[in-house]
Amino acid sequence: MSRGRLFAGALLVCLVVAPFLPMGGMQQYVLHVAIQIFIWSFIGQAWSLMGRFGLVSLGHGAFLGVGAYTTTLLWNFYSLTPWIGALLAVAASVAIAVVLGIPCFRFRVIGHYFALVTLAVGEVIRLLIIAERDWTGGSLGASLKTAGTASGLWTLQFADKRVFYYASLGMFLAGLWVWDRVDRSMARSALEAIGEDETAAASVGIHVTRFKLGITVVSAALTALGGVLYAQYISYVNPDTLSGIGVSLKIVFAVVLGGMYSLMGPLVGTALTTALSEGLRIAFGLKFLGMAETIYGLLLIISIIFLPSGIYGSIREAIRRRTAGTAGVRS
Amino acid sequence: MEPIFLVEAAINGILLGGVLALLALGLNLIFGVLDIVWIAYVDLVMVCMYAIYFFHVAFGWPIWAAGLVSLVAGTLLGVGVHLLIISPILTSAPINQLLATGGLLFFLQSAATFLWTTDHKTVRLSLPSYEIAGIFLPATRIIPFAISILAVIALYFFLTRTYIGTAIRAVSQDRDAMSLMGASPQRIYIVTSAVGGLMAGLAGALLIFQYSVHPFFGGQFGPLTFMICVLGGLGNMVGAFIASFIMSEIISIGGVVISTEMGYVIAFVIFIVMMFVRPGGIMAKRE
Repeated sequence: MSRGRLFAGALLVCLVVAPFLPMGGMQQYVLHVAIQIFIWSFIGQAWSLMGRFGLVSLGHGAFLGVGAYTTTLLWNFYSLTPWIGALLAVAASVAIAVVLGIPCFRFRVIGHYFALVTLAVGEVIRLLIIAERDWTGGSLGASLKTAGTASGLWTLQFADKRVFYYASLGMFLAGLWVWDRVDRSMARSALEAIGEDETAAASVGIHVTRFKLGITVVSAALTALGGVLYAQYISYVNPDTLSGIGVSLKIVFAVVLGGMYSLMGPLVGTALTTALSEGLRIAFGLKFLGMAETIYGLLLIISIIFLPSGIYGSIREAIRRRTAGTAGVRS
Repeated sequence: MEPIFLVEAAINGILLGGVLALLALGLNLIFGVLDIVWIAYVDLVMVCMYAIYFFHVAFGWPIWAAGLVSLVAGTLLGVGVHLLIISPILTSAPINQLLATGGLLFFLQSAATFLWTTDHKTVRLSLPSYEIAGIFLPATRIIPFAISILAVIALYFFLTRTYIGTAIRAVSQDRDAMSLMGASPQRIYIVTSAVGGLMAGLAGALLIFQYSVHPFFGGQFGPLTFMICVLGGLGNMVGAFIASFIMSEIISIGGVVISTEMGYVIAFVIFIVMMFVRPGGIMAKRE
């Protein structure tokens, strides 16, 4: 364990000093890829908080879109600082989670049905964004109005990518912390029991609706925060890339590929898919549009069939089985 | 709003509902028997539409021959999906099966982008348009509607009058009892997937009359098709048939009265509310 901790500490130090290493012209690009990986891993972690307990949502794009659009539109129209915008975005996202969650959990909408209801919610948000085109720019999206000279901490706009690098790294670490807290809590046991069998869980005194609603709210709030940071970084919002079925499935797949039952699964999945698409883009340029995703889709099907607990999850299981085996021999 | 527009929208809704019913019944048949939602179902339709486009436009085959190619392609795809993706994970968690077909959706979309680019491809058919009492009825809508209704009737007779059809219904009612009776479900699964694929091929052949095909075509009808199936009651064929017309009417009339997007929004919101009120679908008896 201590060796693992040492390794993690060393890795963290590397990540913290990374932006100051001399990388020449590559620096901007490397930072951009790293920021993408951190933000999408964070969103993936938020999703896996629910996903690992059998609450498979195919509509997390709804929370992402609400988060991104709330801050962007409030800034564009009222010049409201994204700090307050983010609070409102989280509040809006939590409100949607509650309005959706209470009936879902009370009427026992589970499994396939929960997945399809959330999918519908994601689509509703995407279509509403497109329909309200006077405000949101419709399917063309909207750009974040630049703050000009006022860019800085108040407006959360920075010309220096390093600021976003640290912000996304911090957010990612905070996401790990939340995941770990849930993992160690009583709520985890309760939610696992609910995931196995709701009636049995209720019969031993677990408040099913309360626990499920709690984890959904946490997941929705974190996803909205991820959306806010992503919108501030990219400074452009689009209904197709931030809400609806496409992005919702992308979040789910990266996590499933990495492993949704393990702490680092979302990071591994996101890093892998990002590396794949960026690698192929560099190798072939735009000549083979869609090839990265084709390979990605194939990998996904294969990994679901052969590695149901994801790439990272399966490696970890294998290591654990080996160490457990040698320990058994020793004793 | 002129009332004639509403009548026209209602008629268009019925014509759209016929084709949606075909999609929903194909997906629902597979769901009823295998207990799996093929998220990529409409993407199989997209592949079939490309097949027609290439055989008709690029190779110059007559449209009916290209349509037959589409039916064959759909059937092969259905069997292929079952043998390659579904049967290895038949016993794992339902959600993994859902995600595996989701992976297929991703694969088909990007493979289509990669192979055939994102250009919209249209099969142009010069068919007449009829005008009855100020309402325009294009043949490109009437012919697909008529064929899909015929196909639905054929499916009904297949399921109720043939030996294999009865077996399919038996498996969807009780999978375990069927294997206790000594029947092998595996054969039924393959036949069901083939029929489901055939329906996808036919739907592709009918949709190409009205819509141009592009890699993201599945996104246009996919979510709607799942929702119709759930609204009708997963596995319930009559429910799905009725639900197709309810959804198509909401979309068509809502689209004319408010806007296209709001038509879909209303349909989806009704779906969400119905899930709470009647989770078993419109045809289910109240608990």
